[in-house]
Amino acid sequence: MFKILDARFIAPGIKRFVLEAPRIARKQRPGQFVIIRVNETGERIPLTIEKSDPDKGTVNLVVQSIGKTTHLLNSLETGDSILDIVGPLGKPSEIQNFGTAVVIGGGVGTAMAFPTAAALKRAGNRVITIIGGRNKDLVILEPEMREVSDTVFVTTDDGSYSDKGLVTDKLRQLVENGTRIDLVLAVGPIPMMRAVAEMTRKERIKTIVSLNPIMIDGTGMCGGCRVLVEGKSEFACVDGPEFDAHRVDFAVLVQRNAMYREAEKRSLDEYTQEVEEKQKKNVAPPPVEVVGALGEKK
Amino acid sequence: MITPPTSKTPPKKSSNPLANKERIKLPRQHMPERPAQVRNKQFTEVNLGYSTELARQEALRCIECAKPSCTKDCPVGVKVKEFVQLIVDGDFLGAAAKIREDNVLPAITGRVCPQEDHCEGACLLCNKGESLGIGYLERFVADYERKYFDLKNIKKATPTGKKVAIVGSGPSGLTAAGDLVAKGYQVHVFEALHEIGGVLVYGIPEFRLPKSIIREQVDYMRAMGVEFETDVVVGRTVTIDELMGEEGYDAVFIGTGAGLPQFMGIPGEHLNGVYSANEFLTRINLMHAYEFPKFDEPMVDFRGKNVAVIGGGNTALDAIRSALRLGAGKAFILYRRSEAEMPARIEEIKHAKEEGVEFQVLAAPLEFLDDGKGWLRAARCQKMELGEPDSSGRRRPIPIPGSEYEIPLAVAIMAIGTTANPIIRMTTPGLETTKKGYIQADEVTQKTSRRGVFAGGDIVTGGATVILAMGAGRRAAKSIHEFLISGKW
Repeated sequence: MFKILDARFIAPGIKRFVLEAPRIARKQRPGQFVIIRVNETGERIPLTIEKSDPDKGTVNLVVQSIGKTTHLLNSLETGDSILDIVGPLGKPSEIQNFGTAVVIGGGVGTAMAFPTAAALKRAGNRVITIIGGRNKDLVILEPEMREVSDTVFVTTDDGSYSDKGLVTDKLRQLVENGTRIDLVLAVGPIPMMRAVAEMTRKERIKTIVSLNPIMIDGTGMCGGCRVLVEGKSEFACVDGPEFDAHRVDFAVLVQRNAMYREAEKRSLDEYTQEVEEKQKKNVAPPPVEVVGALGEKK
Repeated sequence: MITPPTSKTPPKKSSNPLANKERIKLPRQHMPERPAQVRNKQFTEVNLGYSTELARQEALRCIECAKPSCTKDCPVGVKVKEFVQLIVDGDFLGAAAKIREDNVLPAITGRVCPQEDHCEGACLLCNKGESLGIGYLERFVADYERKYFDLKNIKKATPTGKKVAIVGSGPSGLTAAGDLVAKGYQVHVFEALHEIGGVLVYGIPEFRLPKSIIREQVDYMRAMGVEFETDVVVGRTVTIDELMGEEGYDAVFIGTGAGLPQFMGIPGEHLNGVYSANEFLTRINLMHAYEFPKFDEPMVDFRGKNVAVIGGGNTALDAIRSALRLGAGKAFILYRRSEAEMPARIEEIKHAKEEGVEFQVLAAPLEFLDDGKGWLRAARCQKMELGEPDSSGRRRPIPIPGSEYEIPLAVAIMAIGTTANPIIRMTTPGLETTKKGYIQADEVTQKTSRRGVFAGGDIVTGGATVILAMGAGRRAAKSIHEFLISGKW
């Protein structure tokens, strides 16, 4: 059991957990992830590590409610526990002084990009960060990113905050302005990473993406997370999760991630129904005292 | 029905009243099993186990060889003659204790060990008919122990004050742990997954080895004093160097198993509906996907669909028999050699056929075909004939030109073996590995190139059997003990 020391929403449907996991906290490096299982009947899902504190023995996870497991997880509060957390998994990010690095975080992917951005900065890179969100509320970790970046741009799909548009619009602007870019790291929804990859391919800019395919054990044993990389299968859990964006077959990634869509929908629907029924039952019974129209006790 | 223990003291000498020539005339007692058409729809155990009466009848068949080759051929050296005689005597707990001198997982090996390749294959009764049912008897005794032995009666060994870390809780790790804790070592087992048992839990289905039995055998080891820690990927969560350093272990045994599933490298393997056997079986066994949505882990819908497993080993048969239980319309084994070369146990092949698995031997897929939406539609296969024996000693399959054909398939499961997991290799400097990435360890002492670090099981040999891994675990425990006593490497 892993105790939740702190849990709070940082955006609608996005929660930050501070968990007691001393072994993981000691070993976590930027770019790595964990796999969690909430309870005895739970599935195993990979999650992003935002950062960890080896001295306190804590690990921060940032979770967006998408399917049943993430909804269930985000219903947990400070003081609750998670049954299993294993990690840190995957290869750490390759950190060196590349020169200028553009770090792109889309939605909750910003949390995964954050520790790598910080490490790139520490390694002497000029770090330009682009954070994208569907709207103002879904832009996360902007202050944290400002601390570790030379420049931060924010884009929102609906223009409710900062620049209206997509992260790729900002990236294109940088390229067109003649900004020298030595490395791009993009973490976010697959269509975003794919669009970034297509743009930088033409410009021959080294580009890394962090992939989040369906995964079970996270140690290389099951092969479920295989990604088609230049026609060859590689396992995101041991060969990744970061890959050269220009070698990844994104179409196959999208197709494989959709494999359980029906089951995922069924799980979420049943869970939502269950929660609603519980809430109905939990509605406080009518008070015994008769209360007048203005609230005064009779 | 197993009858409860009696209080009478067993006689010292064998009480088998039959002369040898009478014993060899007795037929082998069959294992009662669930009917094929019932069991192929459920995950409950196929074999039901001997009753007390059947077990005694079978035990009477042992001819008590002066130099029993059964024990010699057992990788962990179970004293078969002795435990079988204790069954004849009616001292079933004594029989269990006798097995436990050499085997800490009797209820598991009694179910999944390929006895025909070891004790039963060496049994002299084979010359006269069928071998003694050693596996069935072991299972009977182990199940009797599970029911009637009180774990409080376990005597703990005097502590030596030394600590041993076991990496991986599969058959080799559990065996090493059991032998070491019995010698008084403080033994701590690290497991990457959330359940103890390794391949026994994620690989072998409930209908062959119920999870509750693994849990009970592990509880027995807990009662012996073994400590278990799940959710630790050694190499990632903690390294071998850290275990030997700040964590203060005096020796480490690596028994992490084979690991990465192999694919054929043919077109279409990335299609939805193509699984590795490891993934498919992990979803079923570890994650209970067959109980979706009670359990959250999903599985594609198998009902009424054509499913093929590529391969001919025990894993392939476990996978295809699981597919049937998920409701597959047609279930095929596609194997490139003939049935004679199949590495699977004879009992498993028999069970699979009874349950309705179709064997398409001398055939291999060339390509998986897309339905246009990213899902598997069919496999294009090729027929084979057998040529000269290859390096494995088995006749080599040779493609027959122009023999290509298509089978419509919704699911294909690749059970063609595994390769070494790289995590420990990548994170342990100075640990020598083979060209294929397996850890190099001495065949007798299981010593690796690193002082104090031992290894055994599939991570050394590549994919093998539960009992061979257990044999390696025993050898490792023995030489860890010698190392910790002498301090000599």
